[in-house]
Amino acid sequence: MIHFVILLSRQGKVRLTKWYSPYSQKERTKVIRELSGLILTRGPKLCNFVEWKGYKVVYRRYASLYFCMCIDADDNELEILEIIHHFVEILDRYFGSVCELDLIFNFHKAYYILDEILIAGEFQEPSKKTVARLIAAQDSLVETAQEQASSISNMIGQATK
Amino acid sequence: MAGGSSSSSSSFSTAPAPSLVDSLFQRSLDDLIKALRSQPAGAEPSLLSRAVAEIRREIRSPDPDTKAVALQKLTYLSSLHGLDASWAAFHALELLPSPSPLHKRLAYVAASLSFHPSTTDVLPLSTHQLRKDLSPSSPPPFSSLALHLLSLSASPDLALHLAPDLLPLLSPRSSPSSPLRPKAAAAALRTLSVCPDVAPLLFKPLVDCLSSPDLRVVSAAVGAFAELASSGDPTPYLPLAPEFYRVLAESGSNWILIKLLKIFTRLAPLEPRLAARLVDPLCDLLRRSSAQSLVFECVRTVFSGLPDHDRAVRLAVDKVREFLASADDPNLRYLGLRALSMLGPRHSWAVEESREAVIRSLADPDPNIRREALHLIMVMVFDSNVVEISVLLVNYAMKSDPIFANELLDAVLTTCRRNVYELIVDFDWYVSLLGEMARNPHCTRGEEIERQIVDIGLRVRDARPELVRVARGLLIDPALLGNPFLCRILSAAAWVSGEYVEFSRNPLELVEALLQPRTSLLPPLVRAVYIQAVFKVLAFCFSTYIDQLEISQLSSSIVESNTAAAASCIADGIAGMESTDGIATGDKPASLFSSIENKDPFTCESLTKLLILIETAVGPLSENDEVEVHGRARNLLGLIHMLREILTWKTEEQGFIKDNRIGEIVNLLQSMFSEELGPVSVNAQNRVPVPEGLVLEENLADLAWTLTEDDTAPSMSISFSLRSHQHGKTKDAAASSVRSASLLAEHRKRHGLYYLPTEKDETESNDYPRANDPLLPASQGDVPEDLVKLTKQSLIPRKVKHTKPRPVVIKLDEGDGVSTFPSTTVKESKDDLLSGAIHDALLGEGKPSSSQKRYSDKSSRGRVKDIADTGESVSQSKENLESGNREHRSSGSKSKHRGHGKERHRSPQKNEEKEEKNHRNSARSSHHHERHKHRPRGEALLNVAPRAPVIQHFLL
Repeated sequence: MIHFVILLSRQGKVRLTKWYSPYSQKERTKVIRELSGLILTRGPKLCNFVEWKGYKVVYRRYASLYFCMCIDADDNELEILEIIHHFVEILDRYFGSVCELDLIFNFHKAYYILDEILIAGEFQEPSKKTVARLIAAQDSLVETAQEQASSISNMIGQATK
Repeated sequence: MAGGSSSSSSSFSTAPAPSLVDSLFQRSLDDLIKALRSQPAGAEPSLLSRAVAEIRREIRSPDPDTKAVALQKLTYLSSLHGLDASWAAFHALELLPSPSPLHKRLAYVAASLSFHPSTTDVLPLSTHQLRKDLSPSSPPPFSSLALHLLSLSASPDLALHLAPDLLPLLSPRSSPSSPLRPKAAAAALRTLSVCPDVAPLLFKPLVDCLSSPDLRVVSAAVGAFAELASSGDPTPYLPLAPEFYRVLAESGSNWILIKLLKIFTRLAPLEPRLAARLVDPLCDLLRRSSAQSLVFECVRTVFSGLPDHDRAVRLAVDKVREFLASADDPNLRYLGLRALSMLGPRHSWAVEESREAVIRSLADPDPNIRREALHLIMVMVFDSNVVEISVLLVNYAMKSDPIFANELLDAVLTTCRRNVYELIVDFDWYVSLLGEMARNPHCTRGEEIERQIVDIGLRVRDARPELVRVARGLLIDPALLGNPFLCRILSAAAWVSGEYVEFSRNPLELVEALLQPRTSLLPPLVRAVYIQAVFKVLAFCFSTYIDQLEISQLSSSIVESNTAAAASCIADGIAGMESTDGIATGDKPASLFSSIENKDPFTCESLTKLLILIETAVGPLSENDEVEVHGRARNLLGLIHMLREILTWKTEEQGFIKDNRIGEIVNLLQSMFSEELGPVSVNAQNRVPVPEGLVLEENLADLAWTLTEDDTAPSMSISFSLRSHQHGKTKDAAASSVRSASLLAEHRKRHGLYYLPTEKDETESNDYPRANDPLLPASQGDVPEDLVKLTKQSLIPRKVKHTKPRPVVIKLDEGDGVSTFPSTTVKESKDDLLSGAIHDALLGEGKPSSSQKRYSDKSSRGRVKDIADTGESVSQSKENLESGNREHRSSGSKSKHRGHGKERHRSPQKNEEKEEKNHRNSARSSHHHERHKHRPRGEALLNVAPRAPVIQHFLL
């Protein structure tokens, strides 16, 4: 299973973290520190796998962002690379050529998308279309609710004036 | 929940109450992010703490919008800036029931990031809300959020309470294309792994998911089983093999295939017939698939699951060679090496075939690939190729970067040390290899090399001459003294040269090396070893000289030629020295003694010079601050003082002999060092039998009487122990003074019971066996266990060409080389519980698994009550499981504790067994009755299944 997903910028800034195994906040900070030391120092033409404490961390760099996933020693590294690519493609499709700023300012959306791809550390949705559809459905659900709420509050606001 | 709210907010009473202003002018997440991005470097901590204070105030607002935004900001800070958000767990909980999808979503994300299954104390409060959101009547996006939270933060209690609520979501009756079913399967996996007790309830629906027409559901179920099978004992899943095989045949999705292969990797070793059936589909996939991830998974399955099927192995090895040859993809090269290391030593031919690629990988730019290649090479080391490989690696370490060089050295050292040097046949070679390693400029493995040099010295008698030669090479090189990583090696070299000085070709040169000025660079403890070595060498030189004189005197009375006789009667070590002194002096032409050596190694003149040299070099050290150095320097000077007194009187050789005192001293010293040291077993102390009359439990108070009786003795023994050698030697504790030794002996005779024996003469009369006892038979040459060891060695499936017999390596029967593998015991035990529970769920009437036994032990108290309950709970479970799984009454009956509190969730196991036995017949018949449902799909395996006793219980 995937134990956690971390997105790091080239400068070591964290852009997204998702923990599928229980880690305390202190452990999380430590893990991030160790991994950024381990991964960001690696050169461009090296393999995408790093061994770390009996686990394996599969990472892949897209522009200035490192996508890292930590898996068990007997999991399939190439499969994880494909999952990472899958995730990036979906992000790309959703944001329209995604860049780091998109993730910074829409970090919740990135979580929602990741949640459609992975659950409990398992890959769940191989279809990009389905993910896009589900996310769009959720977005519209939220939007309509917002519109309703705002219109009601408008009405109340006007009524109380 | 309202009550909880007030109590929680009261804990933050220090902050001012949220005002309307806060709600109106609240910073949004975007504002916060922009503020964080625009602030100057270094101001971040203060900005963060201000933001958190703000959030703490806002989050208590009664307005859900304000609260939600505050929570969102906190989530951002906690997940990206590592701030603690556990204090806000309750506020996330407050927002969970919100009717607004936006708030709900934010609350769930916040909760899934901040909840921790074992430390979040408000977790039980979420049970109700989760149940509500999981219910089929709530909108699917809500259920999906709830499933995510459940899968991330399920504690055993939560899992137990909510497992029944997963059932409707797992059942095929939910709309066919529902995205919830795969999610529910994944959540069920997590629920199962935190709380094995829910296995009877969830396992059956999970199995049903395997036959769903929706690929995503199949994928999720297969993923769940892959996780379950690889995290614990895979045996319980063996009965599902036909089902997995069917999916393997039908499914075309690579995602599913990879997970399936993971399951088969675990199952194939358990069931040879399954392995045989897998060969064809695997070979097919290997040949045809273009997805490297799938190919790699096939290779892994073949290598670790079916290594006996040569056809599949052959094909997989070919694929691995393709991987290794891919010049542009480091990932494939890395995985190729990993795959090869999965093959056992039995298939070392595979490594042999790609030998060149593996060796080349040692020079790969990627350190991970290099490490993998090294690992692979070390696994394939046998006694036939250990020389070749070690030399290769040690030479390569000279050229590579410091970190990897040390990894190489480490690999060689640990491999060669393995199991008391079982790979090493030619110790002379290995010892000189150790010397070469020490000369590697990057070497930081001094401690290990030190340990091995001393260890080999103690264990392998035949290696000692070479060891002394190597040690000499290290000691005379002044360049090595400055390297702090090497001082440990030098310490070992000094010890070896002192201890086995009889093999030294030129003891005088050795003394010179040990006392060279640069030794002041060494740490004090190592210096102490150096001085002790000088002491031993000096004692040896004098005793040899005296022996030599005595012999020459005897012979001179027969043959009148003094010199000829002396030359012919020189002791063994000296003869060697004479024949090779060309080399010995050639290395160091400036040697003080080079002229003397040529003919007669120890003349009176040379010895006098030796004494002068030692005195000048060691003299200043007698004032040293370090006790070890100080003590030993004093010892040495004391001896020299004694010797000089005699030497100044009689300079000519005849007088030397006639003076009995010098003979006495030298004999004493010689006997002091003549006892050979052996390796000491870690359990040696245990083997000392308790002598008769010694009451160990009794209070030591009666010692007081002894001490008052004779108070000189304790002080004597203290003065001895100060001089004891740091390598655990006790023999030089006997003083250089005869008088004190006799006093000690007398004391021992009186209070002998309280002492462990020394190696001195009283030992024979004493009952205590010596700590290094095993040494004695071993050094006599024929120890059965050593022979056994040697024969075992030759069983290694490789042809072994021994050019010379392997020397005897002293090996103690216990404690040596025992490697313990710290396993993940905690995890294992939990997995056992799970697999045991699943075993029950699947097989029912099978033999009780280990976890079941453990369960029943635990539950024996509550057993009687449970038996009484049985009838009721069976009927209850029927009701619960009506939704589509009636066929497995036996497994369903175990779900009876559903909805009961945790107070009973552990108890049913034992009585199930009983129940199982009672109802075996009826359960069987129900199996047969319902079996038709699965038959058509399982038919492909029917010829396998009837022969498999385990498989026939289920699904066929």
